[in-house]
Amino acid sequence: MSAADVPTTTGIGPLEAHLRARRDAGHKLLLPYVTGGYPDDWPRMVEAFGQAGADAIEVSIPFSDPMMDGPTIQQASSLALGSGVTPASILDAVEGIESAVPLIAMTYYNVAFHMGHRRFAQDLARAGIAGAILPDLPLEEVGPWAECADQAGVETVLLAAPTGSDERLVRVCERARGFVYAVGVVGTTGERAELATSAVQIARRLKAITDKPVIVGLGISTPDHAAEVAEVADGVVVASAIIRKLLDGEGFDAAVEFVAALRAGLDRG
Amino acid sequence: MTDPNTDGASLMGTPGSDGRFGDFGGRFVPETIVPACEELAAGFADAWADPAFRTELDGLLADYAGRPSPLTECHRLSEELGLRLLLKREDLNHTGSHKINNVLGQALLARRMGKRRLLAETGAGQHGVATATAAALFGMDCTVYMGEVDMVRQQLNVFRMELLGAEVRPASSGSRTLKDAVNEALRDWVATVEESHYCLGSAMGPHPYPWIVRELQRVIGTEAREQCRRLLGGHPDIVTACVGGGSNAIGIFSGFVDTDAELVGVEPAGGAAVARAVPGVVHGSKSYLLQDEWGQVTEAESISAGLDYPGVGPEHAHLADIGRARYEQVTDAEVIEAFQLLSRTEGIIPALEPAHALAWVSRARADLAGRTVLLNLSGRGDKDVGQMMEILR
Repeated sequence: MSAADVPTTTGIGPLEAHLRARRDAGHKLLLPYVTGGYPDDWPRMVEAFGQAGADAIEVSIPFSDPMMDGPTIQQASSLALGSGVTPASILDAVEGIESAVPLIAMTYYNVAFHMGHRRFAQDLARAGIAGAILPDLPLEEVGPWAECADQAGVETVLLAAPTGSDERLVRVCERARGFVYAVGVVGTTGERAELATSAVQIARRLKAITDKPVIVGLGISTPDHAAEVAEVADGVVVASAIIRKLLDGEGFDAAVEFVAALRAGLDRG
Repeated sequence: MTDPNTDGASLMGTPGSDGRFGDFGGRFVPETIVPACEELAAGFADAWADPAFRTELDGLLADYAGRPSPLTECHRLSEELGLRLLLKREDLNHTGSHKINNVLGQALLARRMGKRRLLAETGAGQHGVATATAAALFGMDCTVYMGEVDMVRQQLNVFRMELLGAEVRPASSGSRTLKDAVNEALRDWVATVEESHYCLGSAMGPHPYPWIVRELQRVIGTEAREQCRRLLGGHPDIVTACVGGGSNAIGIFSGFVDTDAELVGVEPAGGAAVARAVPGVVHGSKSYLLQDEWGQVTEAESISAGLDYPGVGPEHAHLADIGRARYEQVTDAEVIEAFQLLSRTEGIIPALEPAHALAWVSRARADLAGRTVLLNLSGRGDKDVGQMMEILR
């Protein structure tokens, strides 16, 4: 399918409505990440992150070959897969989670393709998941999946990268549902000591062309990073910095406290 | 849904902007590298249409790589097998395999596009050595990813790459073989796309790579067709080659796809993606892929590091799908036998990869009796001699 054929319906789904309402009330959005299947008590972590100030939570369905991920997320995915989790077992567990905020599934396209677009979209919806991020499914290829997701009521979040032309970013924003995931660095996921200037730049470019929530992910590693990015963006995704604490053995409570610190950083502004 | 630019019906023509070969191919990559893929497709189309680019590449292939490669008739082995066997001698190229054809073209293209760094993945090391060679020739930086397991299997090629000035980085995740080296190379490209050219080694990956690699390997088929015309007065009955990602096979098939020659790709039994015919998406394109019931990519197993890959290039999936080519599988034991057979009967030690194609010819010899078989001998066996010495002694 060519980009020209990608449908551009503008209906606002529940995830986008939720994020817009909070943003429009002057609140900066925090989307922490949890690897489905790692650690063992990850469902309880999702609940705890919701109580610690998350506005939505990204839950990954681990894939064997995560092209967009750096070593931290890769390692957690590998540990989860090694413990025997499957897309079905993760969605079953999600169904039992009492989350205070919307959940967004993150996985790679072959998981959806192999299961079948319609079935995967319906399974996400049945598990109570509001949105989906498939980082290896760019605009030109997203159509068949996104149509099934739209029908099932699952909002397909699209990535917008610093390498994209202005014209391309406009088309990405038009097709994105839920929010626009602004890729903060030219690179893969991972912690960084310094906030990349590209993070603020991509947020500024996107805010100039869309009214959809613009959330920056990749390389946001500290409460200060989060606050700095959110001066321009509507919010942040934080993934590797959380998972790093778990991999380093700091434990469940440290991860939850870190999410609370990110919340405080964003609220401080 | 159909892109008017798509030329999927025309075999081995120029793919449309969606990079499809029938149902296969496409561009399934992170948004960050989509513009680079688009730029590369446009850059290649421009270069390929430029006579000056083609002349420079042809000059390099002739004066540096040693083309054209000969066509060798195997008199003793033909008699033993009861058929007429011709070898296209890609093993005689500089750096020892067909990989140099692709790499010289991509390095020229990278330089034309203003890139200073080449990055690559390698399984057996042949593509890594070829890329490191081109980088040295053009004065470019070079990083090669190689699975940790393969670095042990192919220590000599690791040393060669380092001698040529490349940095060899181990891929230590997953099966620690070619699949994981591809993952690492793709991640590196996502992070360094502004200065790096990903010199992809087979006819796989996101559009435009399967197209670029096929066009750069087309020289094998074009030469072989003319050589067969002179020797046979026509075409061979069978054209065969080994298939991992499938670049040497697509190169030689391209010379005969419009004839009535049977095209036979040969996969390792432990990595037979086409034979299982389950479509999937990994490393940027839709093709046949080894995977579990949940779409998790499973590990291929082969005696040959170069064929130790769970997928296959998308154009092979298409050729299989439409019935224009067929794909056979051979076991490691058959490959070991074929490796010795060619060495003993013709004085040619083949790489383990093309020994797969020979293993199939040997097994199918009763069906092939009296027919003419053209086999692409894609690489020489120097790199495999140490491994085979351990197995055979």
